[in-house]
Amino acid sequence: MKGFQQRSQSLAILLALLLLLIAVAVIIGTLWWVRHHLPTRIADTAYEVDGIILFVLAVAAVFLLLSHLYLAFVLLRFRDNPKATFIGVTRRSWLPVLAIVAVLLAFDLMFDHKSNEVWGKVFFRIPNDAFVVEITGEQFAWSIRYPGKDGKLGRSDVRLVSDDNPLGLDKNDPASKDDIVFPAGQGELHLPLNRPVLFLIRSKDTLHSFCIPFARVKMDAVPGMTTRLWFTPTKPGRYEFTCAELCGLGHYRMRGDLIVEPMEKLQEWLSQQPTFEETMP
Amino acid sequence: MAHEVVHGHIAVELPLWRRLLRFSTDHKDIGLQYMFTAWAMAAIGGFMAFLMRLQLGFPDKAFPFLGRLFPHGAEGGVLKPEFYLALITMHGTLMVFFFQTAILLGGFGNFLIPLQIGARDMAFPFLNGLSYWVFLLSCLIMLLSFFVEGGAAAAGWTVYPPLSALKDLIPGSGLGQTLWLLGMAVFIVSSLMGSLNYITTVLNLRTKGMTMFRLPFTIWGLFLAAILGLLTFPVLTAGAILLLLDRHFGTSFYLPTLHVAGRLIGREGGNPLLWQHFFWFLGHPEVYILALPALGFVGDILACFARKPFFAYRLAIFGALGLAFLSCIVWAHHQFVSGMNPYLALPFSLLTILVSVPFATILLCLAGTLWGGSFRFTTPMLFALGFLSLVTVGGFGGLSLGVAANDLHLHDTYYVVGHFHTIMGSSVLFGIYAATYFWFPKMFGRMMNERLGKWHFWLSLLGVYAVFIPMHWLGLTGMPRRYYAFTELEFLKPFLPLNTFISIAAFVLIASQLLFVVNFFWSLWRGEKASDNPWGATTLEWQTSSPPPHGNWGAELPTVYRWAYDYSVPDAPTDFIPQTVPPAKTAASSE
Repeated sequence: MKGFQQRSQSLAILLALLLLLIAVAVIIGTLWWVRHHLPTRIADTAYEVDGIILFVLAVAAVFLLLSHLYLAFVLLRFRDNPKATFIGVTRRSWLPVLAIVAVLLAFDLMFDHKSNEVWGKVFFRIPNDAFVVEITGEQFAWSIRYPGKDGKLGRSDVRLVSDDNPLGLDKNDPASKDDIVFPAGQGELHLPLNRPVLFLIRSKDTLHSFCIPFARVKMDAVPGMTTRLWFTPTKPGRYEFTCAELCGLGHYRMRGDLIVEPMEKLQEWLSQQPTFEETMP
Repeated sequence: MAHEVVHGHIAVELPLWRRLLRFSTDHKDIGLQYMFTAWAMAAIGGFMAFLMRLQLGFPDKAFPFLGRLFPHGAEGGVLKPEFYLALITMHGTLMVFFFQTAILLGGFGNFLIPLQIGARDMAFPFLNGLSYWVFLLSCLIMLLSFFVEGGAAAAGWTVYPPLSALKDLIPGSGLGQTLWLLGMAVFIVSSLMGSLNYITTVLNLRTKGMTMFRLPFTIWGLFLAAILGLLTFPVLTAGAILLLLDRHFGTSFYLPTLHVAGRLIGREGGNPLLWQHFFWFLGHPEVYILALPALGFVGDILACFARKPFFAYRLAIFGALGLAFLSCIVWAHHQFVSGMNPYLALPFSLLTILVSVPFATILLCLAGTLWGGSFRFTTPMLFALGFLSLVTVGGFGGLSLGVAANDLHLHDTYYVVGHFHTIMGSSVLFGIYAATYFWFPKMFGRMMNERLGKWHFWLSLLGVYAVFIPMHWLGLTGMPRRYYAFTELEFLKPFLPLNTFISIAAFVLIASQLLFVVNFFWSLWRGEKASDNPWGATTLEWQTSSPPPHGNWGAELPTVYRWAYDYSVPDAPTDFIPQTVPPAKTAASSE
């Protein structure tokens, strides 16, 4: 028979098993992946963000498994049903739906709560004593600026940019004299171990996104604005950071090296670098 | 054409090619015109996906055929970054707007709305015909952009300025980007003509007895999608006009003072974030413009092939209303780490997470429909069941991205790419396939081949999971999207084999779509003749001939006596009662 008369037990069994297999493969595969292939966690944010991601994934895995179990069960249970059960419309049929949705809603609010904790910390509770670094994006490399001994970044303006003043620092601002500038692509990003670091993120030309997969953070660099982000590096070593917002033909190679080291070592290295005043012609 | 309008008679049966190539005011012709054009755009978009996966899976490897096909874009057989970025931009644009939006609203919307509500045509037939030809114009403008200096737009399908504003930043932002903006503006004009028509038709032309709560779920999906389109597309038009002004007339809506390639660009006071708000004010509801019709199709198809009444039908409608409403106030979740005020993330994150409530409601109603069913495993049923699986996976992927803190890591990674290809790419595509296999007999009077259709389903289901789930994994590792190659970053180098695997799976997936193409054209001419109601369905379109005559119905419009889901009613002679059958004493009609 053709058309709507087509019934097939074997198709029901095949589809039920395949759907179950898919659900199990997706869940086990993801579990295995997060166990083995997440980048090293090098900051407090890495643990916090991973915590939420994994929590949401775990809840999703349970719902995913249940929904596919249901599909497979229905297909198998009714595979040989010659006549469907008529369920007239009653308000009672709403109850099971609303009950499941209520459980989902409870998890939703839990996700939101956990998310707000981390979000609030990263964006609203910036420590006053944070070590400040300025990161500036341009096609296709990052510039780095440290505030120098006074701990203050000097004023800068994109209108003052020139070949020997690539970040457009104001020479008349005393705070800029001891700033240490690494023009685009010419320096490594050194961060102090176990000290909060505040990044001031800027761009000269188009959108970029300052992204450290090892710290599980990113924030867009927007021309005309300064965006910010902070975290505390917790693991010494050599890592990478990169650009995560399409910025042009060289977007894929706009990377930088990142070094986490104890503060003393970092200060010693910084003291050997020429200041802005020393490099000005 | 006026002389052909003889209600109740098949006045002139034109051959298909003539129906496609003339300025028709018949909604069925226009629907088919949209459908064929949209499938052509999908084929082009799919070919672009093939080229991109070739580059990502096999970076630096030279393929001589590429060099011959694209002497400029792939000199020596290796894609250039500028061509690659044009491909990602145009693939996204074509697939989202010119394939999915066009086929769902323009194609199925046109074909199904008058037939399912019992009207002879749309409320404004001329406007309807015009909307198709304007749409075709927008397609041509988009495709033309590949052949201009600098190539097609290359700033991503979201075309964020400043990248999309200045050609000093990327070659694609020359004439190619101008054509992109014009093409979108023309597309939106066409889409507005369509949406106005669909909304008016659903509200005013329902036949006697067709109350809003007797509409098939398909119509609810199309109706709400049309409302969303009407409310949100104009915002993108306004944004696009401002971007054109910034590009060509020196204004500064989106551009602050910039320093590009050693030169000061003396604009002042603009902000790139403004564009992002305009874009996503449409861009997010757009997802539901696609999802709602697909949910509608799947709901009706599941009920038909489970031979079951739609479970908690009214609740599902309230779910769809909630989904449509919420979809308009969550747009900034695309911008959590864009530099917008981080406080804004709090409401937008919460609202986004809450989308799961109406969404899950609808899905549970669909799942409930299956309980106690007597299944008929036709190809449309298989695709509808595949849709349920994909939409669950994609839905939870979306939920995890709605949680703002997760975006600190996952934003702009392959997790996002995997997610929207699962939910918008695959599940909506499965909805489109289900609908095509389901309504093909009504459109052309012939059945599609079931054997080919089933192979198409199995390969597609395995294919989309094999391609898009590993992308989620790469995203968890932090692999950024829109990268021409992943071999520059040390921490991503170990994942080249997985990228190669994804590419091979994608090639199999793309190749298996050829089964559909063969099936479609073979069935068009050689398919088994279809009866008027081959699936034993209840809705109005199955109560007229296949294909329906001009004017759809005989001398009189059909009268509706019941809801669309009287399947397996106890004591009824058949396991379905069409909406046109008056209530008998015993048959328990419900709504």
